[in-house]
Amino acid sequence: MKELLQVRELKKTFKISAKQQKIQKTKERIKVAVNHLSFTAYQGEVFGLLGSNGAGKTTTLRMIASLISPDAGDVLVDGTSVVKNPGEVRKKIGFLTSELKLEEFFTPNYLFDFFSDLHGVEKETAEKRKRELFDKFQISKFAEVKVANLSTGMKQKVSLVVSIVHNPDIIIFDEPTNGLDVLTARVVTDFLLELKAQGKTIVVSTHIFSLIEKICDRVGIIIDGTMVVCDTLEHITEEKSLEEKFFDIYAERAGESYEK
Amino acid sequence: MKSNMMTVIRKELKRFFTDRRMVLTTLLMPGLMIYLLYSLMGQGFSSQFEGTEDFKANVQVEALPESIKMAWEQDAPFEYTELTGADEKEQALDALAKGEGEYHLVAAFPENFDAEVAEYQVSSGQPAPAVEIYYNSSNTDSQTAYGMMQGMLDSYESALANKFDVNPEGNQYDLASEEDLSAQVFSMMVPMLMMAFLFSGCMAIAPESIAGEKERGTIATLLVTPMKRSHLALGKVISLSIIAILSGLSSFLGMMLSLPKLMGGGDMINANVYGIQDYLVLLLVILSTVLVIVAVVSIVSAFAKNVKEATGWVTPIMVVSMLLGVTSMVESLCKTEPVWFLIPLYNSVQCMNGIFSLNTDMVNIAVTVASNVLYAGIGVVVLTKMFDSEKVMFSK
Repeated sequence: MKELLQVRELKKTFKISAKQQKIQKTKERIKVAVNHLSFTAYQGEVFGLLGSNGAGKTTTLRMIASLISPDAGDVLVDGTSVVKNPGEVRKKIGFLTSELKLEEFFTPNYLFDFFSDLHGVEKETAEKRKRELFDKFQISKFAEVKVANLSTGMKQKVSLVVSIVHNPDIIIFDEPTNGLDVLTARVVTDFLLELKAQGKTIVVSTHIFSLIEKICDRVGIIIDGTMVVCDTLEHITEEKSLEEKFFDIYAERAGESYEK
Repeated sequence: MKSNMMTVIRKELKRFFTDRRMVLTTLLMPGLMIYLLYSLMGQGFSSQFEGTEDFKANVQVEALPESIKMAWEQDAPFEYTELTGADEKEQALDALAKGEGEYHLVAAFPENFDAEVAEYQVSSGQPAPAVEIYYNSSNTDSQTAYGMMQGMLDSYESALANKFDVNPEGNQYDLASEEDLSAQVFSMMVPMLMMAFLFSGCMAIAPESIAGEKERGTIATLLVTPMKRSHLALGKVISLSIIAILSGLSSFLGMMLSLPKLMGGGDMINANVYGIQDYLVLLLVILSTVLVIVAVVSIVSAFAKNVKEATGWVTPIMVVSMLLGVTSMVESLCKTEPVWFLIPLYNSVQCMNGIFSLNTDMVNIAVTVASNVLYAGIGVVVLTKMFDSEKVMFSK
């Protein structure tokens, strides 16, 4: 299988301000958010990054999406280095995170055209894709309604659609079902499986075990910025459920602090 | 991908022009408000002056001399009542101090004023006969009456020792043309006001467009697209400049149409003294100035975490630009050597001063426009770097 995404020894540190030091009750001035993290995602598979809040999942995905640059290491997206050529990488990936918002003044219709233009998608192709995606996510009815007036679920659907206007081969979703109602969450997970069936490579970060079990082929468990397990879902859940396995590993790594 | 810059420009313009509230507050209101405000102020001033001409003061006079009585009977600028006795004077002064009664002032002449004046020799070194004028400065009518009385007595004093006349009637002594008057008024007022209008136009849109997008998380959505950061920066600066120029021109139009009314110049002051060439050069200066202002405000907005912070940081810069605008009113601060025209914003003020004084120096205009475009270019490079900096774009 083709290695579409190769994450190699990624490292990212953040300075901790005096204010944050007080809040976090620490004297450390530097926080290692991601510590020499590596994994590979193959064509046509869904790779899940599992970890608690603050484990380093979002930072990892942001580095892959070239929103922030790593202190060390690199990511190769279909052979293109995110460090050397971030612009090219952005053409090849679709990135969706709850931190990325849409301008609420505009309509889904306008935003789709706007982002298609930015990705250099031909007008005809963009129109065809817009019809397909809008129909699939039932956005058509709201195509001319300002984003500000849409429901949270519909906004999330529009964000998802807009992030893949250019039909990328690699799709990165940070907490794809976070804050969604059950119906919208179902639509999103079904769509991810559909993308997988189309041969797309998908990387999702989540702390929802059921989502990982439903859609992922391989899983990476991150604790305190370090990848502690990276294996197939089948292998990880051979003896115990994913949830039990995760807490075993977490207890082993976090030790006393977790027991408390 | 080269069209990405145009895509950003189109988006920004659509965002602005389809928002009726923004169009109303940024484009229509400034010009309209300035026009109405200046016109009303001008009307207010004029009516005050006209009112003074018609005003007839009620005065009380103690020991009114015959000479003055005769003069007043011929052409009386006052309605007067003569006071008889110290008690009446005391009562009159008391009423004046309290602002009561119908009288606006009390004038007390010395007994035998005419004789004392006739006998008085300046060379004697003795104090001259003194006329006391009591008035109440907290009352506008009393203040006006005081001015009239003082003016009348000054004229009378001059007439007594009439050795020569200055500017006797029947000739035109003020040789200023309509052009000169208009140029003087416009060159003093417009540069400072124009800087304020241009800056406030930028402030109304740039923080919202950059710090606002940062605050709402929408700029990150743009940053994950393949668009070059430089295209994003240029797209923002150009679109914001277009809107800021339109806003500035709206204010400019309102100001040029109403300034003559404000200055009470009537037919003597009007904007027709400037030709199409003057306006074209002015437009060029305004255009380059807006580029600099937009670049500065955009950089500050990109640094800020939210719109409120951006507006707070931009306000002192606006104050500095207005202070630079005042330099057009101080002759010693108006430099003409080209090197001074390398100073951003000061150069724009001085260019506008030159244009409105009808003393356009094309070398200085060229230096100003070229340097402003260069500074705006540097600003775009800085903004590009900022869009590329995770510390700036994602700091919380």
